[in-house]
Amino acid sequence: MACIEARGLRKAFDTTIALDGIDLRVEEGRILGLIGPNGAGKSTALNAILGLTPFDGELRVLGRNPWNERDQLMRDVCFIADVAVLPRWMRVSQALDYVAGVHPRFDRAKAEGFLARTEIKRTSKVRQLSKGMVAQLHLALVMAIDARLLVLDEPTLGLDILFRKQFYDSLLNDYFDHTRTIIVTTHQVEEVQHVLTDLMFINHGRIVLNCSMEEFESRYAEVMVRPDQLAAAEALRPMHTRQVFGRSVMLFDQADREQLATLGDVRTPGIADLFVAVMSPKENEMPGGAK
Amino acid sequence: MNPETNELPQSPLPSTPVAPIAPARPFYWSVRRELWENRSIYLAPLISAAVVLFGFGITAFELPRRRLNALALESARQRAAIEMPYDAAAMVIMFTAFIVGVFYCLDALHGERRDRSILFWKSLPVSDLTSVLSKAIVPLAILPVLTIAITLVTQFLMLLLSTLFLLPSGLAGTTWQLLPWSHLCVILVYGILTSVLWTAPIYGWLLLVSGWARRATFLWAVLPWLAIAAIEKVAFNTAYFAQMLSDRISSFEHAFVVVKYPRGAHVPVVDRLTQMDPLKFLSSPGLWIGLVIAAVFLAGTVRLRRYRGPL
Repeated sequence: MACIEARGLRKAFDTTIALDGIDLRVEEGRILGLIGPNGAGKSTALNAILGLTPFDGELRVLGRNPWNERDQLMRDVCFIADVAVLPRWMRVSQALDYVAGVHPRFDRAKAEGFLARTEIKRTSKVRQLSKGMVAQLHLALVMAIDARLLVLDEPTLGLDILFRKQFYDSLLNDYFDHTRTIIVTTHQVEEVQHVLTDLMFINHGRIVLNCSMEEFESRYAEVMVRPDQLAAAEALRPMHTRQVFGRSVMLFDQADREQLATLGDVRTPGIADLFVAVMSPKENEMPGGAK
Repeated sequence: MNPETNELPQSPLPSTPVAPIAPARPFYWSVRRELWENRSIYLAPLISAAVVLFGFGITAFELPRRRLNALALESARQRAAIEMPYDAAAMVIMFTAFIVGVFYCLDALHGERRDRSILFWKSLPVSDLTSVLSKAIVPLAILPVLTIAITLVTQFLMLLLSTLFLLPSGLAGTTWQLLPWSHLCVILVYGILTSVLWTAPIYGWLLLVSGWARRATFLWAVLPWLAIAAIEKVAFNTAYFAQMLSDRISSFEHAFVVVKYPRGAHVPVVDRLTQMDPLKFLSSPGLWIGLVIAAVFLAGTVRLRRYRGPL
């Protein structure tokens, strides 16, 4: 069974179309990175998946319609919207009490265990915690819930690099078990590259790229072209060219690796580089796995 | 676009069985959460009770002289004079609870959108209906029960204080003779219950505005009604709408047989059980129309909670 299945998912606000007929299937046990520029429709897509906004088209999350069944769905779905949504007046102990009170799948001992590794005091109020500690607290609450889908919307926004690293490490080591599904949106794409199993680019309310990370690695190659090979490289029609220290770095889609190796140093591109290549406005034709 | 190769063997993970959660549990914890966040719900009435007791305490040395003055009056006015501080104490505490209720409601659904914590609340398996009801129950049940309890304790402490201060002059017995306290207790409970039922649409309206307005909830809650009243006044030079509004604020005249007695008293006195008139109250169309309107407002609030996100 697919964790998320959407067909013709549409959402229009007054004048703008936030989601323009998205078809989507996310299997269980994947970690999907949803990447897109601001205003691309990422948050709208997540809100629809979480039952926070009505939508047109078909959408099933764990077999349920999220808009009509949000409260039942939330027994199996967790989400962290961003670091600032925990109520500031709440004490840490109250947060534990409350989630334990309303959530049938919350394991309080587990949450206490995660908190014991941090410097968060049980009597502190959320307003007294640093941003990083609030994120740790929220993650501790969420990781102690035996959910099937975890949605993270910019979970590390505004955190320093140590917290960000720790955040994804905890997620991978203590939470992800290959049966759960995780969807994450972030602008710090380099940090999630090694975490993801699947990658999706979204822009103007449409999916412009959708592939697994294995596909990503076998399909895209980046070459730092030697100056004397420039013409030969151009002939292979790179998706994108950028200049680094006066050298041309070209990104190729489905090019022959051996052929590329004759042009210069070949490596797997970063998600960020592919993102720039796919999103660059001069690119009229959407390359990659676009529909 | 969907890599069909991703197709996993079709073994949908059965949800790990969990102990079924009683529907009352999320509600119970949501109400507790309201009390954690809004400690003024019980602190404000407690503080006003403390102020009343303090005021009563520091003027208690005058009590024997005032009691002698009161005893010199005709018997009906005697009672009124002795009851006066107890009525005043109840009024102060009830008024405080009303103000707390109004401001609580105006913030109940606005605050969570303002500080974005609605995203946290909505990430938990608690329905919008449960959330809204857990907020509505604060002015409709929790504040009234607290008001009754705090008022009764305060009045009892006042009785003890007055007995203590009147003992030396041998007047202590007159309080217990002339003050029908057990009757006042019943009247208080009846008065607060009828008041809650009568004013329910006000709280429903405030919750609705709280869930709807982006800012200035108080102005949105109050100004439209004042505007309608003003337009009526200007256009027709009548005041039916204003009359209806002021009628809605107090259930007093609908729940009690009001005797304007004694002459010259500023407030009508209610101190006899026979003044309670539940039949008149229950048969007044205003009560039932008000309750229907309150239910409509609450249903609207649930719907808004579902649609609205953070501000």
